[in-house]
Amino acid sequence: MSWHRNLTNDRLSGLMLLAVAAFVAWQNRAYPLGTLQEPGPGYTPLLIAAFLGLVGVIIVLRGGSSPGVVETSWREAPRALVILIACGVATYALEPLGYRLTIGALLVFFLGVLERRKPLAVAAVSIGFSMLSFYLIGDLLRVPLPVGPWGW
Amino acid sequence: MDTLQNLLLGFQVALDIKVLGYAFAGCIIGTLVGMMPGLGPLAGISLLLPATFGLNPIIAIVLLGGVYYGAMYGGSTTSILMRIPGEAASVMTCVDGYAMTQKGRAGAALAISAIGSFFAGTLGVIGLMLLAPTLAAFALRFGPPEYTALLVMGFFILAYMSGGSMVKTLAMAIFGLMLGMIGIDAMSGYTRFSFSVLALSDGVGIVPVAVGLFGISEILMVAGQGKGPEIKHPKLRELMPSREELRSSVGPILRGSLLGFIIGIIPGSAHIISSFVSYGIERRISKHPERFGKGAIEGVAGPESANNAAATGAFVPMLALGIPTGPVTAVMIAAVMVHGISPGPTLIQQQPELFWGFVASMYIGNTVLLILNLPMVGLFVNLLRIPYAYLYPCILCFCILGCYSVSNSTVDVWIMLVMGGVGYVLRKFGYDLAPVALGLVLAPMLELSLRQSLAMSAGDYAIFLQRPIALTMLIMGAVLLLLGLKPLLTKKKDWRDELEAVSE
Repeated sequence: MSWHRNLTNDRLSGLMLLAVAAFVAWQNRAYPLGTLQEPGPGYTPLLIAAFLGLVGVIIVLRGGSSPGVVETSWREAPRALVILIACGVATYALEPLGYRLTIGALLVFFLGVLERRKPLAVAAVSIGFSMLSFYLIGDLLRVPLPVGPWGW
Repeated sequence: MDTLQNLLLGFQVALDIKVLGYAFAGCIIGTLVGMMPGLGPLAGISLLLPATFGLNPIIAIVLLGGVYYGAMYGGSTTSILMRIPGEAASVMTCVDGYAMTQKGRAGAALAISAIGSFFAGTLGVIGLMLLAPTLAAFALRFGPPEYTALLVMGFFILAYMSGGSMVKTLAMAIFGLMLGMIGIDAMSGYTRFSFSVLALSDGVGIVPVAVGLFGISEILMVAGQGKGPEIKHPKLRELMPSREELRSSVGPILRGSLLGFIIGIIPGSAHIISSFVSYGIERRISKHPERFGKGAIEGVAGPESANNAAATGAFVPMLALGIPTGPVTAVMIAAVMVHGISPGPTLIQQQPELFWGFVASMYIGNTVLLILNLPMVGLFVNLLRIPYAYLYPCILCFCILGCYSVSNSTVDVWIMLVMGGVGYVLRKFGYDLAPVALGLVLAPMLELSLRQSLAMSAGDYAIFLQRPIALTMLIMGAVLLLLGLKPLLTKKKDWRDELEAVSE
């Protein structure tokens, strides 16, 4: 499929910017535009979306000389996705489970499962980091951090 | 002569053992707070505010001032070592600071950052001391049309001075502007693009975006490969800057200090502008601009100096006129007002020991911070010896903690993670991320000042031409834009094409 081989990084990213601009312009229809002399809440976002779309088109048109998408290495992408998902799960659990338990569990996952470090080191770092950081930030600096149902 | 006598009075006050102790404590707390993404100087000052109610007003303002500029010092440490900006103004330091770390020059970067901050802070204090009333009067002439012109000029400077593709730089700045549109519109009260998420009514914070774009994306790129980053570990004698690096830093420190101080005195201006413009200027005037982005010491010295000078400049309207330049100085004004003192034009005459004591404590505070930070360079650099497999999970948890602390909301953490993914993809496609941060910070200010200007002039755009300061800045911006477009019109190479040729 020749279009696939012709797709460069700039062309793909330009199209993505164009899509974002179109989405924002579509969402913006709910806000009054006002006039040039008295811009409403929808005026500036529409203007910005128009500029972003224009710049996206320019990037697509000039994007022939950039490296192809197939030539770019995405080798680390699967592992990066796992890291991101793990952080997402931790964020979801942060308030229900509390800071210490959540962060401890997250560190166990990263160090024990992903990095396969020794169990003693994993336990020490997970418990140490979660407890010490909660003490420093939550207790000493009195930043309210989530506490789980069992007081952790 | 009067100034010298007043300064001596100030030092008499500031060198009191109790005042000195509180200045020291403020600097340490500020440095630690500044290193923590999400806990910027505002959080540190707000947390300490109740503790100052029982203190005398001089000690209160000295303590809070120490936290403020200590945080400026601290913010650069994580930027340089881990590519995580401690606060918005440290974003530009991430670029060349982290590149220097990768080349084994982390110590030199940290040291130059501390030295530059010291000189910038000291020069700023001298400016504050000598020029406070005059500069404050100048700052008062800034209204919505002048702010609009300043911000527009800032964008043109960014576009002209960007090292890579100008179109891609503009795309990122516009993307940042778009992010800044999320939240309640101050003029009409409409909540825009919040998708029924209440927390988004406040808009998207700079801290989650900056931490995500820079810190999280870096971890995804490196940790995703299953091995640590290639960071050269420096030897002990390589921890300090070389003579050449020190010599190369003098110009950027002086230029950054002057630029930062001027921008800092303007009420409401974002200090992030000073570090961006400083970086752009240093790259533009450098004989070897191809070094920028790859560990140029000027790329650390200039922005860090600008950043600290802006922090000092922010005190000029606060002390001379009683006008807060932002939330931090507003809280400091509140701290002083609790004691029955109103900062304003009569403060210097009615409370000379407070004004001059504070100025003197800033000299002392800058010295304390330099003494604290320089010896700790070795300690900070040794953090890099921790195996990356242990380091990056802790950094990720640190980022989650920091972003959650911004407003005790998981929404900020989600924003950080999403921006981390976006930053990863954008870096793969060769985009520069720094303009996104600038656009995000400037968007609400630009829109508000533009609409306020039109409200003042009943919709007449000529207001920007009728005000001399605004007109001057717009002309400067237009000249830069035309210079930037010149290669397209004349089909000649510009400095970016030459830069690209040298890089190849």
